Amino acid sequence: MSTLGSFLHRHPRLRLAGLLSAPLLWLVVAYLGALAVLLVSAFWSVNSFTGVLTKQFTVANFRTILTEEVYRNVTLRSLWVALSVTIICVVLAVPMAFYMAKVASPRTRKWLVIAILTPLWASYLVKAYAWRILLANDGPMDSIFGGPGYGLFAVVLVLSYMWLPYMILPIYAGLERLPDSMLEASADLGARAGRTFRRIVLPVLIPSVFAGSIFTFSLSLGDYITVQIVGGKSQLIGNLVYANIGAANNLPFAAAIATVPVVIMVIYLVAVRRSGALEEL
Amino acid sequence: MSTPAIKLTGLRKSFGAVDAVAGIDLAIADGEFFSMLGPSGSGKTTVLRMIAGFELPTGGTVELGGRDVTKLAPFERDVNTVFQDYALFPHMTVLENVEYGLKVRKVPRKERRSRAEEALSAVRLEGFGSRKPAAMSGGQRQRVALARALVNRPKVLLLDEPLGALDLKLREQMQVELKQIQRDVGITFVFVTHDQDEALTMSDRVAVFDAGRIAQVGTPSDVYESPATPFVAGFVGTSNLLAGPVAEALVGRKGTFSIRPEKISLAEAGNPGTVAEVIYAGPVTRYVVDLDAGVRVTVVEQNQRTGTAALAELRGKPVHLSWHAEHVIEIPSEKENADAA
Repeated sequence: MSTLGSFLHRHPRLRLAGLLSAPLLWLVVAYLGALAVLLVSAFWSVNSFTGVLTKQFTVANFRTILTEEVYRNVTLRSLWVALSVTIICVVLAVPMAFYMAKVASPRTRKWLVIAILTPLWASYLVKAYAWRILLANDGPMDSIFGGPGYGLFAVVLVLSYMWLPYMILPIYAGLERLPDSMLEASADLGARAGRTFRRIVLPVLIPSVFAGSIFTFSLSLGDYITVQIVGGKSQLIGNLVYANIGAANNLPFAAAIATVPVVIMVIYLVAVRRSGALEEL
Repeated sequence: MSTPAIKLTGLRKSFGAVDAVAGIDLAIADGEFFSMLGPSGSGKTTVLRMIAGFELPTGGTVELGGRDVTKLAPFERDVNTVFQDYALFPHMTVLENVEYGLKVRKVPRKERRSRAEEALSAVRLEGFGSRKPAAMSGGQRQRVALARALVNRPKVLLLDEPLGALDLKLREQMQVELKQIQRDVGITFVFVTHDQDEALTMSDRVAVFDAGRIAQVGTPSDVYESPATPFVAGFVGTSNLLAGPVAEALVGRKGTFSIRPEKISLAEAGNPGTVAEVIYAGPVTRYVVDLDAGVRVTVVEQNQRTGTAALAELRGKPVHLSWHAEHVIEIPSEKENADAA
């Protein structure tokens, strides 16, 4: 044992190889590999009579997606859902995270962190079905508020509920790194609460909000289960992918549709990179 | 006497069941360099934070220049603070940091700029204005924090252990600079520290804190030469305390007495004892001596001729210690202090 230890001590490169070979293999094969297959197969096609996969390069799938109105509508609808969910999460998470990081006592803070994490312990499906019951005709929501019933609004509501912890936690972490003395210094220099929030808290907050939004936005953009459970007749990008894998048996077309959220997320990441959000992850 | 810059009356602060500050009365004169000295948890920082307005007192009042500010928010008080961790705004440049207070007070842009530049040159940081705080050393950040506070020309500047994070050399240099700056601007400085050297070197007056109360207020030499309580004698500098039968044997009277180590010397005749330990410390050597009277005392002597080898040979040898009667200071007992208060 000690001989192996001292051998490794003398060979730092070998040590590094031992540390990184497994995760690197995982990253290249499982992660980039799957993404590459997705991209390549998006340029294949399926014979519509025989259902046989034709491994020949064609941009037909992308032409269909870009020209047919139904796909543009579904994409826009998905974007609208992801954006609404993100905005609702920000509005709820900022005051909550501020209370946790700067107002609550350390004891209360610990309980709040646990309370925010607990919903993540429950199965996604169970939570979605719980909301299906809540939203049902003559269900609790219906009898108290007279709605909203199944549909796009319900999707936004349930997704906001699902992803809220992913927004609260980065904002909380960001605010926790803002020392109290910084807020005191601002007050000491004559600034009232409003100015302190705008000039001192917000610059720290914005990268954290973007960091959280990467989660809420991408998770909403790819979701297809919540939509099936509480979405009524509405469809999002994820449903189209799922339908083409299953019922339509057109894997290349599913892959082509799946690249749409990937492209949107890449654009989004590039856009928020400038805010320093990626350093907050 | 003119209106004091700061007047604290019956100031108290409790956190739950704990009394962090247990009733303080204090007046700090205009233009004074005043230090609050004490171990951690003695309440000195809490008093500073109540003067700044970051904590609301549980009882008592805070007056600044004769105005009762006890209930006012920090931004309504004419004081500025230099924080222990400096609390510079990381997303702003040094110049923006220094300008912040002036901007809040709507000082016109041109005047703002010139005053900020002036403050930066007062702390010898000309040309650093466009840097971010992260790109500066600890000592430089400390001076930015000082400039950011001084630029507002407050009546009182509060400093919360501002030199704590600096290394020894830099700290000694900053002590001299701070004292100079204070003399130049003529602002009242209230300086919180647990370092007795720092308090003695820089201050006009020192308040020694013990368990939420002030044990003694006085000039550095008052506090050092005539400590009012055994705690002060022990906390400010090193002290040899003589009490009970030992005091009767060595001083000839009942009571509690203190003798500073540098006031005792190794001599041909005097009180007999044995050297228990010899500690060479560069400019001085410390001797720990067990006196035959039954007490262990510390003696400090300047190293004028001695070499370390010769010193080490003294270990275990019998010696005599002598001191002048006027250097034996009688300390009022805790009970007498309580009666006086």
